[in-house]
Amino acid sequence: MISAFIKRVLYHIDGFLMGCLLLGMLVGLCVLYSASGQSLERVGAQMANMAAALAVMWVAANIAPQILERFALPLYILGVLLLLGVFLFGGISHGARRWLNLGIVTIQPSELMKIAMPMLLAWYFAKREASLRMSDYAIAALLLLIPVGFILKQPDLGTSLLIAASGFYVLFLAGLSLRLILGAGVLIGASAPILWSHLHDYQQRRIQILFDPSQDPLGAGYHTIQATIALGSGGVAGKGWLHGTQAQLDFLPERTTDFIFAVFGEEFGLLGNLLLLLLFSLIIGRGLVIAAQAQNTFNRLLAGSITLTFSTYVFVNIGMVSGILPVVGVPLPLISYGGTSLVTLMLGFGILMSIHTNKKLVTA
Amino acid sequence: MIASGSEFKNYRQEQYFFRQRLAVAAFMALFCFSILAIRFVYLQIVKFNHFQTLAENNRISLVPIVPNRGLIFDRNGVVLAHNFFVYTLEITPSKVASLEQTIAAIAQIVEVSENDRKRFKKLRAQSRSFESIPIRTHLNENEAARFAVNRYRFPGVEIKSRLYRNYPQGKMGVHFIGYIGRINDGDIKALEKSEDISNYKGSDHIGKSGVEQFYESSLHGVTGFQQVEIDADGQAVRVLSSTAPVPGDNLYLSIDSKLQQIAEQAFGEHRGALVAMNPTNGEVLAFVSQPTFDPNLFVDGIDSENWDALNKSLDKPLINRPLRGVYPPGSTFKPFVAMAGLEAGKRLPPFSISDPGYFSLPGSSHRYRDWKPGGHGRVDMRRAIAISCDTFFYGLALELGIEKLTSFVSHFGFGKATGIDIQGENGGLLPTPEWKARRWKKLWYPGETVIVGIGQGYTLVTPMQLAQATATLANNGVATRPHLVTSIQENSSGLVHPVPIINMDRVPLQPSNIAIVKQGMMDVTQPGGTASSVGAGSAYLIAAKTGTAQVVGMRQNEKYNAGKLAERHRDHALFIAYAPAENPKIALAVIVENGGHGGSAAGPIARKVMDYYLLGKSPNLATPQAKELAKPLPEPMEELHD
Repeated sequence: MISAFIKRVLYHIDGFLMGCLLLGMLVGLCVLYSASGQSLERVGAQMANMAAALAVMWVAANIAPQILERFALPLYILGVLLLLGVFLFGGISHGARRWLNLGIVTIQPSELMKIAMPMLLAWYFAKREASLRMSDYAIAALLLLIPVGFILKQPDLGTSLLIAASGFYVLFLAGLSLRLILGAGVLIGASAPILWSHLHDYQQRRIQILFDPSQDPLGAGYHTIQATIALGSGGVAGKGWLHGTQAQLDFLPERTTDFIFAVFGEEFGLLGNLLLLLLFSLIIGRGLVIAAQAQNTFNRLLAGSITLTFSTYVFVNIGMVSGILPVVGVPLPLISYGGTSLVTLMLGFGILMSIHTNKKLVTA
Repeated sequence: MIASGSEFKNYRQEQYFFRQRLAVAAFMALFCFSILAIRFVYLQIVKFNHFQTLAENNRISLVPIVPNRGLIFDRNGVVLAHNFFVYTLEITPSKVASLEQTIAAIAQIVEVSENDRKRFKKLRAQSRSFESIPIRTHLNENEAARFAVNRYRFPGVEIKSRLYRNYPQGKMGVHFIGYIGRINDGDIKALEKSEDISNYKGSDHIGKSGVEQFYESSLHGVTGFQQVEIDADGQAVRVLSSTAPVPGDNLYLSIDSKLQQIAEQAFGEHRGALVAMNPTNGEVLAFVSQPTFDPNLFVDGIDSENWDALNKSLDKPLINRPLRGVYPPGSTFKPFVAMAGLEAGKRLPPFSISDPGYFSLPGSSHRYRDWKPGGHGRVDMRRAIAISCDTFFYGLALELGIEKLTSFVSHFGFGKATGIDIQGENGGLLPTPEWKARRWKKLWYPGETVIVGIGQGYTLVTPMQLAQATATLANNGVATRPHLVTSIQENSSGLVHPVPIINMDRVPLQPSNIAIVKQGMMDVTQPGGTASSVGAGSAYLIAAKTGTAQVVGMRQNEKYNAGKLAERHRDHALFIAYAPAENPKIALAVIVENGGHGGSAAGPIARKVMDYYLLGKSPNLATPQAKELAKPLPEPMEELHD
């Protein structure tokens, strides 16, 4: 009786994916405990975030993809309107305009866009499936660029790039000509020097520092330098949980959020890093399997985009912490402290689970 | 719903195409992750040592623990220099958003003067941003309490207690005690040269003058270290290990504060110098340079107004007159010229001259006048000293010759530093023909030898030299190096190490010759002598010599303001003495600048000093002394030594 109830409740939950996600969150809590200076308060808050995120995931997993498909366009329009609202009336925090105060709650419309974007494009391509033309890619690109432009203007380079990526993945998976992608790449590469020469000195300098933090060790480069020191000094086996000196002694800025991986890498070393990469790979692998098995265009494009965007998050965050990518504000999924991005992330995984279990429904 | 064949095929095709793209994407993701893995290997294996070192440097910091500076006492244990805690209000610039706003806000709560702001600015330029810098020092209880209430409004601003050097005697004895001041670039260079710089990590102050400077290495102590883990703000998180500092040694001086005080007050408004010594062991009993100043002004950096007032004063209070003031010795030089003559077998009794009141070089009509027009009549060596007969010494100097004269008196310490334990001593000047040729590229004239006989001409002495020479004479030619510090006490163990007495070369003197000169000097204070008033009513015998040094036409260290020159045309009054004459316990030299005649201006000062030292009498001092004591000294909040 009870087991039947549990079975019904968990019907739409993918066991393997769920296991990996919970393991990741557990690791996240451990690292957070260390990174926050052993603050149980912080850990408790993050557990609450996780509970909320899991609830959102469960709800999403129980919504059929067909319903999502129907809401794709309205959700997108709502997202763009909210972004416009932020642009016009948004609250400023940390020098950026990202939040919109709706009286009762403040929301961050760019987070909504992370899901709404791939949904819309997947919906668009599913709709145009029968008569796909080149112009459709152009329209899709336009739909993509509107919100990305707003978010870039906030300014939130990290999120805008990731949303652009999530849209691009849909275009790519929908069959955007490889030649075109290659051509666009070459075009951008070729125009870069011309663009560069048109930038102001300070703009050039900012970009230089973005790519070479050591040029400004006490300013923009400080984060990266301290993070690489933390990582490098971790060695093969790490300094041990709660024993990372860089992290414990405040040298690492933003060590519970964007730079939490430096704490992890310092305390768990190369072995820990590789195991964490493996865990992320398992999640991505499962996502790709779900996408590969999905039974209609909307589902497979959405599942593919969500999974690839997740891998991009991981790569960009770890890449920036380990000093091979410029510092853009991107949290490490499952590990970084913060509720909003976690909820969005788990919403995505809920959709993946829904796509997978509804396929089973159809075949059954 | 049943899918038709073509639709199914289309579906399969589409799925195949999608999976192809997915595979490409998966490969890309794998590629990216591989880059990360390679990066980890690079950072955590290849560059591990590099980053480990960086991490260690990042986190472990050596924090110096500044030792407590040794205390300075006089011979009776009176404190001359000590340390006490004061409340300071300090700002850590790195923790404060806007320094100006913060200071403005602080000024609403406690008074912040223009000087406080200036000092803060100066210190800010010298410090690193995470070092806290005082904006206000010497907060009183009220101010400290007022700030404490408002503390929450001022992150990065703290009340601290800092150890301050204090000279409780104020203006007294500043020229031998000296003072400490903030370490400057010159000090840093000197410390680097002596390889002591590491011992000064964390120290803000260093001895700048007096025994504070000379005994710096003893007073400073050995800096301790704490290995601490620090966070990115440089704040200590945890102490890993620590080496305790060794506090500086205490100094005991030979100075008698009471004697010093009496001597200083005896000068009244006069400028001048006095050095009193124990002739048997070289201990300096009093060391006066008038006018004086308050060394406490210098401890935390003197403000420009006070500095200008001291530096530009015509009275030159900053000059250490006993060591750096050079004066023509005048007639106080005569006993030493007399010794030179007697030891050379000249003017031995019963030799005498008939003084016409002047001296002329053979074949010259120029008259070198005696101070007494018409002369003193018949004068032998003993009387020549007692009445200070110039004519007698003109002839003697000429007969001795300048080389012989100067080389002999140099045994008494003239022409070279005495070696007292204070830096910056001037060696004075004993002129010779070689010196003149070198310095002025001119020939030496016999007339110049004549006037050296009465302590004029090029001859220059410091009060310290004069005192040392007098002590040497009093001690029958046995000289010990003058010194201020008699013993050094280890602060930690309490062990006292006496400073060894250093004997100088004995001046070769015949007892019979000594007796003649000493007799002459005793006659000085007797009726008929040039300082008979000084000896009047004395319970002990005083041997002395008066002197008067011309100011006009004499080279001086200081340039006097032209407008004031007239007042300062008056001669300097000099006086040397030792007592009791038969068994000397104190020898001294006094100079009163522009004081006029030595016997009347400088002699009474010497008498007061000797009276106190030998008889315990403090003449005329009852009232000013009481006043002096009533003046509240800065109350030490916490004594350091126990």
